[in-house]
Amino acid sequence: MKMLSLSLKYLKDRPLNTLLNILLLGLGLAIISVLIQIQNQFESQMTRDAKGIDLVVGAKGSPLQLILSSVYHIDFPTGNINMKEAKALARNRLVKNIIPMSLGDNYQGFRIVGTNYDYLDLYQGEFKDGDGWKLPFDVVLGAEVAKELNLNVGDTFYGSHGIGSSSHEHDHHPYKVTGVLAASGNVLDKLVLTSLESVWSTHEVEGEEHNHDQLHQEVVQRGFPDAEETKEITTVLLQYRSPMAAVQLPRFINSRTSLQAASPSFEIVRLFELMGVGVKLVTGLAYIIIGIAGLGIFIALYNSLKERKYDLAVMRAIGASKAQLFFHIVLEGLILTLVGALAGIFLGHLFLHFLVMGQEQGALGSIEAWTFLSEEIWIVGYALLVGILASAIPAWGAYHTDIAKQLTK
Amino acid sequence: MISASNISFQYNTNSSFTFPDIQLSAGEELLILGKSGSGKTTLLNILAGLLAPQAGEVTIAGQNLYQLTGTKRDKFRGSHIGLVFQKPHILGPLTVRENLDLAQYFSGQKESSLIPKVLEELGIGEKINSQPQHLSEGEAQRVSIARAVVIRPKLILADEPTASLDDENAFKVISLLKDQARKLKAALIIVTHDQRVKDLILNHISMGGAS
Repeated sequence: MKMLSLSLKYLKDRPLNTLLNILLLGLGLAIISVLIQIQNQFESQMTRDAKGIDLVVGAKGSPLQLILSSVYHIDFPTGNINMKEAKALARNRLVKNIIPMSLGDNYQGFRIVGTNYDYLDLYQGEFKDGDGWKLPFDVVLGAEVAKELNLNVGDTFYGSHGIGSSSHEHDHHPYKVTGVLAASGNVLDKLVLTSLESVWSTHEVEGEEHNHDQLHQEVVQRGFPDAEETKEITTVLLQYRSPMAAVQLPRFINSRTSLQAASPSFEIVRLFELMGVGVKLVTGLAYIIIGIAGLGIFIALYNSLKERKYDLAVMRAIGASKAQLFFHIVLEGLILTLVGALAGIFLGHLFLHFLVMGQEQGALGSIEAWTFLSEEIWIVGYALLVGILASAIPAWGAYHTDIAKQLTK
Repeated sequence: MISASNISFQYNTNSSFTFPDIQLSAGEELLILGKSGSGKTTLLNILAGLLAPQAGEVTIAGQNLYQLTGTKRDKFRGSHIGLVFQKPHILGPLTVRENLDLAQYFSGQKESSLIPKVLEELGIGEKINSQPQHLSEGEAQRVSIARAVVIRPKLILADEPTASLDDENAFKVISLLKDQARKLKAALIIVTHDQRVKDLILNHISMGGAS
């Protein structure tokens, strides 16, 4: 305890130097902390949201875009497909389950998804309030949507066309909230769910008279609606019946039909590969900063050793052992790096906090700024290692302080 | 309490020193006078266990100093010998109390009530929480005396304690050292070239042919 407070006193005696070293180390570690957090949370979120989806089928275009738009709801859809073709696909013997989706509208930036109850089941969505949609224009809100927009069962609102929040409104018929989902930690939280029929009606009624009969007919809860074959949807999510399907189905769809099939797991791996280059670059930078911080601590301790030769000699003269002096210097390095590590983790989370702020609907919306991962303990361990390395040589110098020479100079 | 016999030391082949034998009991005091270069500081370092002599023995409180090795000698010095240097060498980042506290910590002395008492006796009781840079030269030297005393040493060694002080402070410092040594029943050895001190301690030896 005495040794600890002694080292602390010496650090406090040169506050600017101490602060600089802590900040430098903290900055490097903050970057690593942010990277760990984003990578970890992103990956687990992406894996969670893609669970149970073997294949996504939509209009031709970028397969990555297809996955991002229909599984994660972060990119623009590739276009629409004919429902007739989707229905034909559903009859394929390799397909176990198929969920149609119609995208393209939003409310205040939250995406409106026209689908059926299978989509809720896919993510095990549970109702906190109310119930599922029964009629056209009935909607169910994800937990975050309801919280963010302060909507409850019975409230009504008008959707807007497009998936950004500034596009024009569909002001002919309001949506009515019939249910609010409990928070699930997956993509459902950020969505407004409704029937396919609702989405079709929204776009049909533009400039036309309402077909009131149609609006009071109950919507289909499973499978495809029994509508005219010319209707369009955006994508389907499907599950394979057997492992064989993974080999045959994508190839069949991509070559024989006008549709495009993309596998979420494959595209995620590709996405991380693309991101990997950038991540590596930033990680490299972080390690360089940490290296410089270590060097800074080394130089600070080494220089202070010159000024402190007298002090160290005095300590020896009043009974401190060589080992105690060694420990005294190493302790300074350790205190510096421990504080730096804690500052770094705090800075990292603070940075994430600002990054995520106001981003509920974006790609980073699912990232939780203040959750702590076990990997972050490694950051502390790594920092302490830097502390020991940086202070070893100065401590060795302290160990060999020549008392007689110093005190009688 | 302390005895040194047949001590010799050489830094290199050209300069070698032989030192007079010293024999001192508890409560006794000795002044070693000598010009600079006469080897008196070398002798002090040898007596303090800081510098091993080529030949001879130093025995303090029945313990042959140079039979102890490394850490053991450091600990023995810390708990038996109070050192006062020409410059006070008070640790800058610590307050006066913390400086004395640290001396007690390293020597294994736990009597913390001794700290304010000794400072009071040395006339600097109100400086207990001061930072060293706010002390005058004389005050700092007294703090260094306090640091030597709060470990209840068996031997107090002072190296030119008055060299940088004016007359008034020099006399005070010597008499304070004598007072404290007497109270602790410790042997006191002062090494100096300061002729002002000569009359204050009767028992003295000269080195290097000095007066």
